[in-house]
Amino acid sequence: MLSRTASDLYWLSRYFERAENTARMLDVVWNLSLIRFAVDTQAEIAAPLAITGTGDHYGSRYGKVTIQNVLFFFTLDADSPASIYSCLRQARASAHAVRGKITAEMWESVNSTWLELKDIRQMGLQAYGETAFFEWVKNRSHLFRGATYGTLMRSDTFRFLRLGTFIERADNTARILDVKHREGQQESNTTLDYYRWHALLRSVGAYEAFREMFSETINAERVAELLILRPEVPRSLLSCLQMLCELLPSIEGNAGLESKRLAAVQLARLQYGDMNHIVDIGLHDYLTDFLRRVNELADTIQSEYLELV
Amino acid sequence: MRSLKLPAVSGFDEMIAPGGGARPHYTSYHDWLLRQDRGLLQRKRKEAELQFHRVGITFNVYGEDSGTERLIPFDTLPRVIPASEWDLLERGAIQRVNALNLFLHDIYHDQNIIRDGRIPAEQIFGNSQYQPCMQDVDLHNQVYSHISGVDLIRDGEGDWYVLEDNLRTPSGVSYMIENRRMMMRLFPELFAEQTVAPVEHYPTLLLETLQQSASYSHPTVVLLTPGQFNSAYFEHAFLAQQMGIELVEGADLFVKDGFVYMRTTAGPQRVDVIYRRIDDDFLDPLAFRSDSMLGVPGLLSVYRQGNVVLANAVGTGVGDDKSIYPYVPDMIRFYLDEEPILNNVPTWQCRKPDDLKEVLERLPELVVKEVHGAGGYGMLVGPAASQAEVELFRDRLLADPENYIAQPTLSLSTCPIFVEEGIAPRHIDLRPFVLSGNETRVVPGGLTRVAMKSGSLVVNSSQGGGTKDTWVLEGGEET
Repeated sequence: MLSRTASDLYWLSRYFERAENTARMLDVVWNLSLIRFAVDTQAEIAAPLAITGTGDHYGSRYGKVTIQNVLFFFTLDADSPASIYSCLRQARASAHAVRGKITAEMWESVNSTWLELKDIRQMGLQAYGETAFFEWVKNRSHLFRGATYGTLMRSDTFRFLRLGTFIERADNTARILDVKHREGQQESNTTLDYYRWHALLRSVGAYEAFREMFSETINAERVAELLILRPEVPRSLLSCLQMLCELLPSIEGNAGLESKRLAAVQLARLQYGDMNHIVDIGLHDYLTDFLRRVNELADTIQSEYLELV
Repeated sequence: MRSLKLPAVSGFDEMIAPGGGARPHYTSYHDWLLRQDRGLLQRKRKEAELQFHRVGITFNVYGEDSGTERLIPFDTLPRVIPASEWDLLERGAIQRVNALNLFLHDIYHDQNIIRDGRIPAEQIFGNSQYQPCMQDVDLHNQVYSHISGVDLIRDGEGDWYVLEDNLRTPSGVSYMIENRRMMMRLFPELFAEQTVAPVEHYPTLLLETLQQSASYSHPTVVLLTPGQFNSAYFEHAFLAQQMGIELVEGADLFVKDGFVYMRTTAGPQRVDVIYRRIDDDFLDPLAFRSDSMLGVPGLLSVYRQGNVVLANAVGTGVGDDKSIYPYVPDMIRFYLDEEPILNNVPTWQCRKPDDLKEVLERLPELVVKEVHGAGGYGMLVGPAASQAEVELFRDRLLADPENYIAQPTLSLSTCPIFVEEGIAPRHIDLRPFVLSGNETRVVPGGLTRVAMKSGSLVVNSSQGGGTKDTWVLEGGEET
């Protein structure tokens, strides 16, 4: 496959996945902002800025952190690279470049997503409904994934799309977990803690999984175990790395030695990981190290497969 | 018998005979049309628009914001050609393309047609499309124009003429296929009733043609596009997908040790045939325009060594240039020893003083074109032009007569289309696509372009023209 084509496929699914995860993250924030506790929820509202490292950019544009501004910044703001609008614009541009490689149904799902998003932007987030919008984004992502699974030939086209999905998902899950964790550390409020972890599980669609696997009250350590070490949860770090390690060796040709090695090392760290060990290191330090490794892997995939050298 | 009421039109209408009533090959469709209420056509048109938007069958318009995408207006009434008439067009188009390929081989080799005095040498060697680098380069099967578009029109009497030949990178074939798919989706019952010749196998024939352009079997074929901001990008992606070949940009290819390779995730892979949708000038910055970012450095040297095939060949532009056009009937006689099956439009060559004099006298009634122009840019349609525009062209003609030809203003035939006010006639032309491989073939049909404005003769999509499905109808004989 052409390196440029592979790159467009990879970034198409990365941006679509990022849009979906952004919607998931915002859904939590939006719901928390509606639940008025005795305490200030300002930290919750600012959380997405911390997760994505866009605090400075936001500050220079909007100044004060308000729920309305944060929501706009991450949804329909065309000038914010972190917005769902920008992600889907990029996804659509990548899809356009490889429309001959993907099936008509996949292209149509990306293209109609983009056309509908432009209409929604005209309408405005409040008029469309915040929750309805987050659901719409998730549904569009499900639709694209469904079209991909249901119609695309299992070739390198499929594999590079999947590669992008799991690199992005591993990164996003780690970030969202890290930020929630840090908030939990800052102030101890049992009720608020419960809602925080509850909301986090809901945001990644893992609430039911938690209930099924653990009979105890929702708490930080168990949520972390679920989202880091459990292979049953499709958004866990372990699941993402398992997929990456399955995908990389199945790509045609002998390129990508270093990518395969890095992925395998990280998979082993998770497969043989232990929650007690993670608690000893400290969850934040553990996740910081994980993010560094995932980004090193992403850079290596970029240089070994996708760049025109 | 009931007949469709159309606004009055002078000239030849494809559907309605002069006395009213449908022409024989249109009877079946015409009667069906009369039975439909206007709401149906309205709904079907909406459905077509939605579908084209959803699928993203769009083209980019130059001069507007980059990335601006527009739909080409699609009309839901088919243009019907009876099989007997198509037979003539097919034979005529094949004959013409065969002669043009022989001409291109000749001028890049022995130049017999010049020695024989049929075409003045300066018309060839002074032509900006003539590529001296192609002299004595031998091509497989001696094919230069593998894919040709022959633009045909009918005058007021219903006689067919060739308006121009397109031997560089003729486009529009994706619309031929998509229009057919759309019509079958919208009106399946019409296809059950009549035998419409299929066109959807065109990509298969195109791939065969490209494979046959190499001297060995199983060549690796790619399609080279300028990229997604090119006006015909949709078509490039569409054809590459339909043929199952890679859609490459210049930066995906490189030259090494006398061969062309593409950069893939599994390392470099050799490329044997390039279906290029890039003009000669942009192919190779080392050989042509050095500022081109679209091409592949060193490509031409590999090509001249015979280690890669370009389709179409470099230097075909000299064959479809408007200054060469008047000589095509003579080429047919010279190379094939046959009489031309299709006529040329009578043409004045303004480089000839006598012709220029006559053109200047009759300017308000003529069409004047730049010899290297394309896409409907830089032309004068005398009867539709203002006094000032005519005078502007008079000055241009006097300043640079060699740059222009002139033709009588032919009233292109009309075909009914669906418009806001109902059904009305609009002018049309026809571009069949001719493929030259081991043999020369044409898919029965082509792209019918429509001037969407009443009375307009400009059908180019870059100027707001639309398209229709084109049906070659078995058994729909003209009587």
